[in-house]
Amino acid sequence: MIGFTHYLILSTILFGIGMYGVLSKRNAVAVLMSVEIMLNAVNINFVAISRFINSEPGVGQLFAIFVIVVAAAEVAVGLALIITIYKQKKSVNLDDFDLLKW
Amino acid sequence: MNYSLLAPEILATAVGMLVLILGLIFKDRARQSVGIISLLSLVAVLILVILRFTDTQVFFNGIYQVDTYANFFKALFALAAVLVILNSSQYMERFGNKKSEFYALMMFATVGMMVMASAGDLLTIYIGLELMTVSFYILTAYLLEDETSSEAGLKYLILGAISSAVLLFGMSLVFALSGTTVITQIAGQISREPALIAGVILIAAGFAFKIAAVPFHMWAPDIYQGAPTPITTYLAVGSKAAGFAALLRIFIFAIPLTQFNWSLVLAILAALTMVVGNLIALTQTNVKRMLAYSSIAQAGYILAGLAAANQYGLKGVLFYAMLYVFSNTGAFAVATAVEVNTGSTDRDAFNALGQRSPMLAAVMTICLLSLAGIPPMAGFAGKFYLFSGAIQAGYLWLAFIGLLMSMISVYYYLLVAKAMYIGSNPQTGAMTVKAPARLALWVCLLATILIGVYPALLSNWAQTAISIFM
Repeated sequence: MIGFTHYLILSTILFGIGMYGVLSKRNAVAVLMSVEIMLNAVNINFVAISRFINSEPGVGQLFAIFVIVVAAAEVAVGLALIITIYKQKKSVNLDDFDLLKW
Repeated sequence: MNYSLLAPEILATAVGMLVLILGLIFKDRARQSVGIISLLSLVAVLILVILRFTDTQVFFNGIYQVDTYANFFKALFALAAVLVILNSSQYMERFGNKKSEFYALMMFATVGMMVMASAGDLLTIYIGLELMTVSFYILTAYLLEDETSSEAGLKYLILGAISSAVLLFGMSLVFALSGTTVITQIAGQISREPALIAGVILIAAGFAFKIAAVPFHMWAPDIYQGAPTPITTYLAVGSKAAGFAALLRIFIFAIPLTQFNWSLVLAILAALTMVVGNLIALTQTNVKRMLAYSSIAQAGYILAGLAAANQYGLKGVLFYAMLYVFSNTGAFAVATAVEVNTGSTDRDAFNALGQRSPMLAAVMTICLLSLAGIPPMAGFAGKFYLFSGAIQAGYLWLAFIGLLMSMISVYYYLLVAKAMYIGSNPQTGAMTVKAPARLALWVCLLATILIGVYPALLSNWAQTAISIFM
């Protein structure tokens, strides 16, 4: 029987994978994709909570829908920024963006 | 429900959209007018908020709350936005033909902050937070020709998105334990268990990123240096205050100290932030970057008040956030003027500013002394509240670190003053400062001195605002 714990474990593993991708990938687009994985892990959490725990149905789903919408906006801005930077440097490798450092 | 209490948010959103459309229809003629329209509407927002300061109302089953606390922060955001827009008049040439979008995004960022201050539900906090940060991502990368600006924008986006994800994960854990997302109802539902600690720590980490507290501060210096200077100002004063507004509401209302002692966590964060921010600021030679590290340190002082979580501490948080608007905007406004005139924000560019433009040098000196906490400037009164709150709550060591670090900070603030008054510069002649920016400088100067000499006014106001917590 698959219960709430399984969903929590799944979402935590996904969150970890996303975090690993963000920290290890050098391609800006891949980093954005990893962030998406992290946000989707959160969505799984919210929908599972809504299904198993929450007394008033819908709150978790609503939360997940808002997260999806905001993530879409974020990715749109992110890709636009990557295009801008690609025009300047002809690269999307994060290691090449080193003008600012202490 | 009295929906007219939502007028400030509605007005700001409507004007943001209007400005966007105006810029699209009237290609050239609208350039001047959009700035004036957004400025006037922000002043209107400020007046609306202050006039109805004590009106309270809970909207939509607790999702949105208009109370004195939220109104205090809304006034702060509108004030900061007005000062930033006045100040950005110097910077407008560098924006080329993209002026109306600049104002529209400023308006949307302000609305996001207002939503954060009024949010009574985890979802509303998230929406407000994202509205604010997504606007800031674009504003940070606004100088399309400038490689540092784009780089800062991308860095901010990636790190901001990660921190949002962490914050959301924390929220989902708290939601799982309490079964509700309404902040005031969470406290009654949760009990002490490991998942709660994980959730609270994740939420604290997410917000610590937004307010640039050590060890989540690494983004701040890069983004502050790369962004257009007016945007840096707004990031430093507005975004940070919005983070504090939401953090305070969540922690005080939703998570009782008896369930989890977050006060100690925040105290340690505050101590780390003060020490690291001030020590790294010592070595900076670029004034914009120095101010970035100083703003990290300032976040540490404010966190000390939040960690105290008593009347003095919370009053200090609001008091300091407000005076920080004036002092920091004043310092950044001078940095903007120097940058526009000399093309650089290195400390050498400030050499002999005292002879070239005595007014700019005076504003810079007074604002920096206020940030350092030297009486009779406003910063002294603010730090007095924050640290006496910390001592009352039993964090004597925290207040001690704060005082020690304030003393250290005087050194790097005065290095700028030294360059301005003793340094020599081959270039002479006054710097040009546009009239709106001059107004902003005067407001910052007078407010910094006035709050310092007569703190009772702002202090009473902050007292009314935090009455919802007591």
